[in-house]
Amino acid sequence: MPRIGVFVCWCGSNIAATVDIGQVTEAAAEMPHVVCVEDNKYTCSEPGQASIRQAIAQHGLDRVVVAACSPRMHENTFRKTISAAGLNPYLLEIANIREQCSWVHADRVAATAKAIDLVRMAVAKVAQHSALTSSTSPVTRRAMVIGGGIAGIQAALDIADAGHEVVVVERSPTLGGHMAQLDKTFPTLDCSACILTPKMVEVVQHPKITLYAYSEVEKVDGYVGSFKVTVRRKARSVDESKCTGCGACWEKCPVKVKSEFDLGLGTRKAIYVPFPQAVPAKATIDREHCIYYLRGRCRICERFCEAKAIVFDQQDEIINVEVGAIVVATGFQQFDQAAYGEYGYGEYPDVITGLEFERLVNASGPTEGKIKRPSDGKVPETVVFIKCVGSRDEHKGVPYCSRTCCMYTAKHAILTREKIHGSKVFIFYMDVRTPGKGYEEFYRRASEEDGARYLRGRVSRVYPKGGKMVVLGEDTLLGRKVIVEADLVVLASGMIAQPDAQEMARKLGVSYDQHGFLTEAHPKLRPVETNTAGIFLAGACQGPKDIPDTVAQACAAASKAAALLNREALEAEAMIACVDEARCSGCLWCEPVCPYKAISAKTISERVGRRTLTRSVAEVNPSLCHGCGACTVACRDSALNLLGFTNQQILAEVEAVCP
Amino acid sequence: MRVYSYYPGCSLEGTAKEYDYSLRALAPLLGMQLVEIHDWSCCGSSAAHATSHRLALALAARNLNLAADMPGGARDILVPCAMCYNRLKVTSAELAADSGLRSAVESDLGDKWRGAAITAKALPEVLLGDIGVDAVAQAVVQPLEGLRVASYYGCLLVRPPEYTGFDDPESPKSMDELVRATGATPVDWPHKVECCGGGLSITNRELVAGLVADILGAARDAGADVIVTACPMCQANLDTRQGLAGKTRGTDFGLPVLYITQLLGLACGLSAASLSFQSHLVSVAPLLEKVRQLGRARQAAGGEGC
Repeated sequence: MPRIGVFVCWCGSNIAATVDIGQVTEAAAEMPHVVCVEDNKYTCSEPGQASIRQAIAQHGLDRVVVAACSPRMHENTFRKTISAAGLNPYLLEIANIREQCSWVHADRVAATAKAIDLVRMAVAKVAQHSALTSSTSPVTRRAMVIGGGIAGIQAALDIADAGHEVVVVERSPTLGGHMAQLDKTFPTLDCSACILTPKMVEVVQHPKITLYAYSEVEKVDGYVGSFKVTVRRKARSVDESKCTGCGACWEKCPVKVKSEFDLGLGTRKAIYVPFPQAVPAKATIDREHCIYYLRGRCRICERFCEAKAIVFDQQDEIINVEVGAIVVATGFQQFDQAAYGEYGYGEYPDVITGLEFERLVNASGPTEGKIKRPSDGKVPETVVFIKCVGSRDEHKGVPYCSRTCCMYTAKHAILTREKIHGSKVFIFYMDVRTPGKGYEEFYRRASEEDGARYLRGRVSRVYPKGGKMVVLGEDTLLGRKVIVEADLVVLASGMIAQPDAQEMARKLGVSYDQHGFLTEAHPKLRPVETNTAGIFLAGACQGPKDIPDTVAQACAAASKAAALLNREALEAEAMIACVDEARCSGCLWCEPVCPYKAISAKTISERVGRRTLTRSVAEVNPSLCHGCGACTVACRDSALNLLGFTNQQILAEVEAVCP
Repeated sequence: MRVYSYYPGCSLEGTAKEYDYSLRALAPLLGMQLVEIHDWSCCGSSAAHATSHRLALALAARNLNLAADMPGGARDILVPCAMCYNRLKVTSAELAADSGLRSAVESDLGDKWRGAAITAKALPEVLLGDIGVDAVAQAVVQPLEGLRVASYYGCLLVRPPEYTGFDDPESPKSMDELVRATGATPVDWPHKVECCGGGLSITNRELVAGLVADILGAARDAGADVIVTACPMCQANLDTRQGLAGKTRGTDFGLPVLYITQLLGLACGLSAASLSFQSHLVSVAPLLEKVRQLGRARQAAGGEGC
């Protein structure tokens, strides 16, 4: 027979003001199997916990009910308390008489009656509890970082510096991401490449880091501490071990292609490195444009390659990597301006995006840092910037703020005024948002010192007229229509999720929001973890972010990953699903329902009469199961049960309130 | 032959008769058969939708119900008037989304709503989406090469995009494609969807004159010989207010404003008489002369042509 102790908490006046504690203790004393009832002003305090430990010893309790606050608050506290007194920590049940009773009710009589019911349910349930133990699994002390932008670079370096091996997978031919395309960075105006490229070099030189550039993650299996990742190393048509990056090949290559790195404003060759400081400095052949792949002849690059690194028949290579933790740093893409027909992006060459402006103003860009408009190469005298193009627009774009555009537009204004003497800068804005260290000062500098004209209002149309771009807008502060004849129009494009972010999320078994950004486990308290143990988020794949925030998050993700890899073994969740194989019909409806890929089929043999039959049943991987219970609902045979919340335990609760 | 239920709407029996005539003449050339909806009534625009939301819905719903009851089965409705098109689209969407509204309208009509399966389509939508630009180009017998055409969409044809959805609401291209199919050159101009002031044409002539002058000026700056539209309100406004607009700017725009069906009819070899050019206020004669000259020049150069 169970021997249950009930401990009713006052929580100061939080509970006691609304619930009559005396009545609750009296009622609890009458409940089945209850051998001891105590009340305490603060049960979670050290004296409160001591009284539980004493009662366990004194009354020989084998199960405990604490009627207090939400289990989210102190369940772990009290598990430790009873564990210290020698009980299995799972022989505990919390009756939440604060958040679900005293805090939400005003009527003392009714609240007291409800508190008694809640305690009765907990007593009935805990009587059905059994001791649970958790399994442990070993940790592969290696991390994978997916994405080689600033987020991935920072995370990889931090994990490697903590002493763990890191594998970085980057799908483009080089590290660097969007940050490599930028010119200056706000609010300090230091050169983006100058602060980024040393880190890129550090990645390839770090003894603990292996870089797979021009590679993609194909498949992720396994679980925290023991992921098995399949990586496709795409064929560069160049032997990385031989290529010296001398540049002879791309100098001689006759094919010019619009450069992705320069967003189509400049050109590259069919064999190329995306930009001079690319890491690794290895050439890649773009097979879609290379004449040899199209027409079967040319091979000029091969002739001029002294290192004999060109391998035309190179195949994709599939490699398997085992890691204990994964940091996802897959970044963002720019909002597609096609939704804004009225701005004519794509139709008029002198309407460009903010990122394109970065290439125009960048010394390594197609204009060598001289701001020239794309149509005729003229230096623009009047430049109009339109903010929030795509962001904060539920009709045509996305409802959220992209968080970077206000600042980069202020930067663009400063750079324009600095580089083009006597130029005029107009900025159409909805709000100016500057929540960062030194950001407001930077914006002030743009508007006050550098003379950018900020106009609060939207632009309704941009059209060409006599070599100028006419911008029709509104100044809502003056209540006037504004017409600016500009030479160049720059759209502050919002940030959206990568086009294949959802596919990546599915590969990893992590969740994503309605915009395709990967979701953190808790928006405030677990900002870099995902709902899947061992997978962490860094940078703009989780939501729009500027560089300082991206780096901070990457450092945080790295420290979480390193802390995980530091452990000898991982203790799995004890309250997990378990299969009653005798009942399981092997339908496996539970398998697709499981958000953590924890359920798989297993073949068992059993003797029926004289014959041995083999059949499949569901199997739960204890390292992957989070105990969410989804499978137990899907199971048609009631073969799946969630330990700690078994059908019997829940029915006992129901019986207790609805006898 | 593609068969459509045809909903002309009141304008096409009045100020926009030439739109009706030209469309009926053009339809068979493009493989369309138009079956006029029997006993059609007001679409619920103008006075109705400004005063009573429910009345406007009920009026449009009545016509959609009639289309559903057509002998030969429910077909898509071809709605040449942009305003009618807008009302029918809005009504279909609102009644589909709101069952409360649906029952209110049903009680107003004293009839069940049966129009859920009916799709109202605008003329450019039908010509591009159903007939296809290639079929239109094939029907052209008198290519309009050398003619520069400004396509004017106005406010209702492509907006709101949640209801219309067949073209970009801010930078529409559908009529430009049809213009290109005739051999003419669609001009890129900024005022494709600017307001023509149609709703205030009677009550605030000065304001409207300014708006019309802006549109005509933009078309002229873009080098257009002619403006085409698919909206009776736009056509009436740009045509009838052109004189006043010219006066306010001290100029004579002299820009004929044609329905897209009239331009297509011209290219497909229909006679000027069957396209009702005589009912325009701004003379179409110089334009027709230009088309003739272009045709002669082409023939002299040994080009194809008829």
